[in-house]
Amino acid sequence: MNIARSVEIWVGLFVAAGFAAMLGLAMQVSNIPLFQTVDGYDVQLRFNNIGGLRERAPVTMSGVQIGRVKAIELDPRSFDAVVTVTIRRDFNEIPEDTGASIYTSGLLGEQYIALDPGGLDFFLQDGDEITLTQSALVLERLIGRFLTSMGDGGDDD
Amino acid sequence: MTDFFSRIGRSTLGTLARLGRASVFLWHALVGLPGLILRPGLVVAQIYSIGVLSLIIIVVSGTFVGAVLALQGYNTLVNFGAQDSLGVLVALSLLRELGPVVTALLFAGRAGSALTAEIGLMKTTEQLSSMEMMAVDPMRRVVAPRLLAGFISMPLLAAIFSFLGIMGAYVVGVGALGLDEGPFWGQMQSAVDFRDDVMNGVIKSLVFGFVASWIAVYEGFDAEPTSEGVSRATTRTVVHTSLAVLGLDFVLTALMFG
Repeated sequence: MNIARSVEIWVGLFVAAGFAAMLGLAMQVSNIPLFQTVDGYDVQLRFNNIGGLRERAPVTMSGVQIGRVKAIELDPRSFDAVVTVTIRRDFNEIPEDTGASIYTSGLLGEQYIALDPGGLDFFLQDGDEITLTQSALVLERLIGRFLTSMGDGGDDD
Repeated sequence: MTDFFSRIGRSTLGTLARLGRASVFLWHALVGLPGLILRPGLVVAQIYSIGVLSLIIIVVSGTFVGAVLALQGYNTLVNFGAQDSLGVLVALSLLRELGPVVTALLFAGRAGSALTAEIGLMKTTEQLSSMEMMAVDPMRRVVAPRLLAGFISMPLLAAIFSFLGIMGAYVVGVGALGLDEGPFWGQMQSAVDFRDDVMNGVIKSLVFGFVASWIAVYEGFDAEPTSEGVSRATTRTVVHTSLAVLGLDFVLTALMFG
């Protein structure tokens, strides 16, 4: 059976368009981990409480994204949350006494790690650890503290 | 009274018999699939009539579904100051649900009904029996290529649908409503996971493609060989495919995201 050449061309275009759409969805819409292996070095951060931080959350400095959260673990002895982040290779001159805090983007947005650069001349290396950290703001705790302080104020009167 | 129960019994037995025939039919069609390697032309011709000719309706509805989602989502999200999440909302709804499901429903109306009518008419005009006379197995020659073509076309159509939907939402959200481009894509990329969202959508549309083309070819093959029978079979294809797709979608969603 001979099929018309135009039919073949159309089918070829259709299949190509379908795969192009899938590729577009993979590249543009989702962050496919396969192509997204950040070339960088790993740094560990210790937090008392990471709130709702999740893997693949952005790591920023001065608001610019410089890496991503790679893994989140719990230290079984100190009960600290150990967050491993991958920082892009281009930013290899981050001072060793850099601090880290967990913030929320917008009121209901996702949580991210912000690095505040320090002033030392020694730079972070692969496998280093940042201990100068500020935990995530947990809303319930904040409200609890606020209510307690309200109660204290009432007693004074 | 006995009349009433005998009617229930008859319809139950009839349904069961149809299910059994459909399964046996599917088995015969699947057995015919490997032979298609030698004759890929048959499948290409079917992909043309099932996939390529469905493109226009998929392109138009995908774009507009995305655009409407963006408009509606924006009006709700802006109340919470969360309009930056519009990209996430549109991408997740399209990839997880609307892309596969709406494509399958459109597919049932556009391609499934045509398949049923075509095979039903072949049966009515005794083309199928003449094929058998010439020792050509209609299962291999007619049914298997159509089944395979539907199975191949559906995920491609669904991917095109979702992609164009997101593009439509981009045009409306960033172009017309004045959202910022950065958060639109950025939040989408950090919220949409390739395996959990994109691949699960593709798996859904593979299942829908299989079920939709199975129902379509079976109804055509099982149609009463009269013009009335073909018309009833065509209606049944659209109704049964839509119900099966919606029911399966619930099950698949519960399995994947539940």
